[in-house]
Amino acid sequence: MSAVIPTEPAAAGAAMRRTKSVSERLRYLWYLSRRSPLTLVGAAIILLVLIMIIAAPVIAPYNPDKVSLTARLLPPSAVHWFGTDEVGRDLFSRVIYGARASCGAAFMIVLISMSVGVLIGCFSGVVGGRVDTAIMRLMDVVLALPALVLAMALAAALGPSLFNSMLAVAIVRIPAYVRLARGQTLSLREQVFVKASRTFGASPFYILRWHILPNAMSPIIVQATLDLGGVVLIAAALSFIGLGAQPPTSEWGALVSSGRSYMLDQWWYATFPGLAILITAMGCNLVGDGIRDMLDPRLRGR
Amino acid sequence: MMTGATELRGQALAIHNLSLEFPTFSGAIKALDNVSINVGKAEIVGIVGESGCGKSVTTMAATGLLPRGRYRITGGSVRLFGHSTLAMDDSQLQDVRGKVFSTIFQEPMNALNPTIRIGKQLTDVIMRHEETSLPDARRIARDILADMLIGEPERVMKLYPFELSGGMRQRVLIAMAFSCNPGLIIADEPTTALDVTVQAVILRLIQNRARRTGTSVIFISHNVAVVSQLCDRLYVMYAGRIVEHGATRTVLEAPQHPYTQALLRCLPERVAPKQELEAIPGAVPNLLHPPAGCYFQPRCKEAVDLCRSQSPPLAGADSQQVACWRRGVAPELSEQGSRK
Amino acid sequence: MAITRIIIPRLILLLFVVLGVAVITFTISHLIPGDPARMIAGDRASAETLENVRRNLGLDRPVVEQFTIYIGNLLQGDLGTSLRTNRPVAADIRTFLPATLELGTVALFIAICLGVPLGVLSAVYKDGPIDQLARTVSVCGISMPVFWFGLILIYLFYAKFQILPGSGRLAMGIVAPERITGFLLIDSLLQGRFDAFRSAVYHIILPGFVLAFANMGVITRQIRASMLDVLQEDYIRTARASGLRKGMIIFNYALRNALIPSITLLGLALGDLLYGAVLTETIFAWPGMGTYVVTSIQTLDFPAIMGFTIVASIGYVLINLLVDLAYMLADPQIREV
Repeated sequence: MSAVIPTEPAAAGAAMRRTKSVSERLRYLWYLSRRSPLTLVGAAIILLVLIMIIAAPVIAPYNPDKVSLTARLLPPSAVHWFGTDEVGRDLFSRVIYGARASCGAAFMIVLISMSVGVLIGCFSGVVGGRVDTAIMRLMDVVLALPALVLAMALAAALGPSLFNSMLAVAIVRIPAYVRLARGQTLSLREQVFVKASRTFGASPFYILRWHILPNAMSPIIVQATLDLGGVVLIAAALSFIGLGAQPPTSEWGALVSSGRSYMLDQWWYATFPGLAILITAMGCNLVGDGIRDMLDPRLRGR
Repeated sequence: MMTGATELRGQALAIHNLSLEFPTFSGAIKALDNVSINVGKAEIVGIVGESGCGKSVTTMAATGLLPRGRYRITGGSVRLFGHSTLAMDDSQLQDVRGKVFSTIFQEPMNALNPTIRIGKQLTDVIMRHEETSLPDARRIARDILADMLIGEPERVMKLYPFELSGGMRQRVLIAMAFSCNPGLIIADEPTTALDVTVQAVILRLIQNRARRTGTSVIFISHNVAVVSQLCDRLYVMYAGRIVEHGATRTVLEAPQHPYTQALLRCLPERVAPKQELEAIPGAVPNLLHPPAGCYFQPRCKEAVDLCRSQSPPLAGADSQQVACWRRGVAPELSEQGSRK
Repeated sequence: MAITRIIIPRLILLLFVVLGVAVITFTISHLIPGDPARMIAGDRASAETLENVRRNLGLDRPVVEQFTIYIGNLLQGDLGTSLRTNRPVAADIRTFLPATLELGTVALFIAICLGVPLGVLSAVYKDGPIDQLARTVSVCGISMPVFWFGLILIYLFYAKFQILPGSGRLAMGIVAPERITGFLLIDSLLQGRFDAFRSAVYHIILPGFVLAFANMGVITRQIRASMLDVLQEDYIRTARASGLRKGMIIFNYALRNALIPSITLLGLALGDLLYGAVLTETIFAWPGMGTYVVTSIQTLDFPAIMGFTIVASIGYVLINLLVDLAYMLADPQIREV
C-alpha cells in the first residue's frame, strides 16, 4: 500500500535538504507540532520546570526554609499560594525549590546510568566472546530482580539520603542501557565501515569512540528522555518511603510524605507537591513520545 | 442492488474525469488528472503504465480504499453499477465491497490473516454477503477453491496461510474475490509477485472464471505482454493521465501516442536480436510541480510549442483514442480548453 | 518439542537468578550499617548478651560460611527467621502474599478491561478526540505518582464524599472468613459469607483502581501501537476489500493479531504491579507483601528483605516463563513449527 501513496520523507525530506533557512525550519517545526499538540505541551512543561529550577530564588516569594510558627498550616490564599506547612514554611516556595532536588536527582540518575550502561554495553559488544556473555548474564540477573525492591534495599544499606537513593536507582537502571547499547553495537559492528576500519588496524577503543558511539547514541538518547519521567517518579517514591531526601530538604516526594499525616484536614500540603511530580513526569513522557514518534520512519509518512 | 437509472449502456464501472491529489507539507501531489475509464459488462479491460503512474490510485480511489484524509478528490465522478461510490460512507461501501465488486491485490504473502485458518477467512466473507448457513458457506468455499485448481480443498481450508506457497495464497485470494459472484473484479497486478510459471496459471484462472460467469475485470499491470493476452480493451496511463485508449489489438499493433510507442519499443520481447534496447530518455514528471501542457512533452521527440503550453484532451474514434496534439487533434475541437 | 526448548533454558536461568539474587541480597544486607544483634538485644544489653545473640544468629562465623548455610537452608525452603516478627520468613510471606496477589489480580483485571478498549478506539479513530483523550489519560497514568494518587482518591472518596472505605481489606466489624485461598473475594463466596464479600469488594475498589491506573496507561499505549501496526497490514486491506463489517475487522481480524505482541507486556505489567503494590499498600494500610517489605526495610530486618527479594525474583522469572508459553500458544506460526 505504501507504494501507492507518496510518503512524507520524499517530499519533505527534499524540502529540508534544499534550503535550511531559519524560516523554513520554523515552518517545518510548526507543521510537525500541529500534528502533535501534546508534544508541544510536554515541551512547554519542561521549559517551565527548567525555569523553576534556574530562577528559583527569583520566582519563590519566600525563603523555603523560613519557619514561622504563627503561620502554621494555613490554607491556600493570596499570601501563600499553596498554603503553609506545619512549621509555617510557604509551600509554594518549597515546591519551587523542590524542583532542584527532584529533577536534579532524576537528571543525575539518568546521566549516570546512561553513561555507565552505554560504556559497558558498547565495550561488551565490541569485545564479544566470553566477556560479553558473562556481562550479559550478570545483567540478566540484575534485570530479573524487582527494581524497586533492589533500589530500596541498596538505599537502605547505604543509608537514607538523597545521594544514596540516587545511586541505588542509577545502579538498578544500568542493565537496560547496557542491553540497548550492546544491541546497537552488535548491529553496527557488522556494518561495512566498521569492518573496513578494522582492516586498517584500528583498536577496539578507537572503533568504540569514533564509529560505534556516535551512531548508536540516537535511540539511546530517546530512551534516556523517556526514562527521565519514570526516574522522577522512582526518586519521589523512595523519598516518600523515607529512603531519599531527608528533612528539611524540600524534595517533592518527601513533601508528600510529610503532608500525608495532615491530608484529611489540610489537603493542600500533600496535593501540590504531588501535582508537581505528576506534571513534570508528564512533560518528560510527552516529549519523549514526541521525539520517538518523529524518529519513527513509519509514522513520518502518515 | 442495481438502481433503476442504469444509464450509460449498463456500465459496470464508469469513472468520469476523476482528478485527485495528495496534500503534503511541500504542496499537493497531483496524482490523477481527468481520468476517465469505462468498463462494460463482461468486459476485460486493462490499465497499463509505469510504476507510480496512477493505475492503482485510480481504482483504489474509485472504491474508497485509499486511507481517509490523506487524499483529496478535486473533480470527477465514479459510478459502479450505478452506485456513486464517492458519495458513499464507509459502512455503505462495506456492503458493496466483496458483493458488487472485489479486488485482488499484488502481494499475496501477507494478504491473508496469519492467525485465522483459510476456511474461516473464506466463510467469513461468504456469510457476510450471502444469506447462508455455515455448512453451506463451507460448501461454497470448497467449490470455489476447487475451481481455482486447488487440490484437496477440504484439507487446505484447515490450514493457516503460512503453510501455503505464494501462488497458492494468491489462488485463495482470487477464490475469495470470486466467492460472492461480484459483477466486477479489480485485479491490481495479481501476478507480478509470482513466478513466471505460476503467472500463466493464475491468469488463465481469472480469465476462465470471468468469462464463464460474465464478470467484468479491470486488469492493472505494468507488464504489457500479460494484458495483451487477457484484455479486450486497454488504457495507457502516464503521470496520472490517460494518454491512449482503445481495443487491445489496435493499441498494441498500431500505437498512436508517442509514449505508447516508446513503451512498446522498450520491451525486450519486441526487439529483434542484436538490435539495441531503447530506453525513454528523461524522467517521469514531478507531480508536485507538473509541467504545463502535455506531461510527456519533455521526453517526446515530436514535441512542439503547442505541446508545451496546452494539455491535449483524449480524442478519436471509439476504437482508439489518443491525447496528443500531433495526432490530429485541433485545439479548437477540444471542449476542455487549456489546462495548466 | 518446542515447549521443552523454552522451558529448560528458563529453568536454568531461574537457578542462576536465584543464586545471583542470593549473592546480591546477602552482600547488600551485610552492607547495612547497624548491628542486628544490638537491635534485637536492645541498646542497654551487655557485651555478653550481644555475643550470645550474635552466636545464635550465626553472625560470628566467617561470611562465606554464613552464606553457605543460607543457601543450604534456601534449598530446603527455609528463608530464615524475621528479626522483627520472630517467625520464619517463609511463614510471614505465606501470610501476606495472598493479599498482594488478590490486589494485583483485581488491578490487572481493571487495567485490561479499561485499557484494551481505550487502546483499540484510540487506534481506530487515530488523531480524533478519543485518541487525544486516551493518549492524555495514558500518559497521565504512566506519569502518575501512585502514592499521591492514592492519597487524593482516599481524600475524595473517603473523607469528602464518604462512599468508599479508606484502608484495610474488611470493615472493622466484619469477621474474616476462614482462610482457604487467602483471597478474601474467593473465600467469602465459597463460604456463602455475602457480608464479607460485599465489604471486601468495597475495600478493594479504591486500591485496585489506583494500582490499575498506571498499568492502564501502559496497556493503552501498547494496544494502540500494536493496533496501528496491524491496521496497516495487507490482510486488513483484504478484509476491508472483501466487505467485512467494520466491527468484525477491528475485533476478529485486527485485535486478535494486535494482542499477540502485547502478551509480553503482561510480564512487564505484573512486574509493575509488584512495584506499585509496595506503594499502594502503604497508603491503604493493605496487609500485603508491600507493607511487609517496607516495614522490613525500615527496621533493617534483613532476613525478611532477602527472603522477599528471592521470592519476588523467582516469581518474576516464572511469570516471564508463563508469558512466553502463552505467546507460543497464541501465535500459530510458533506453535505449529
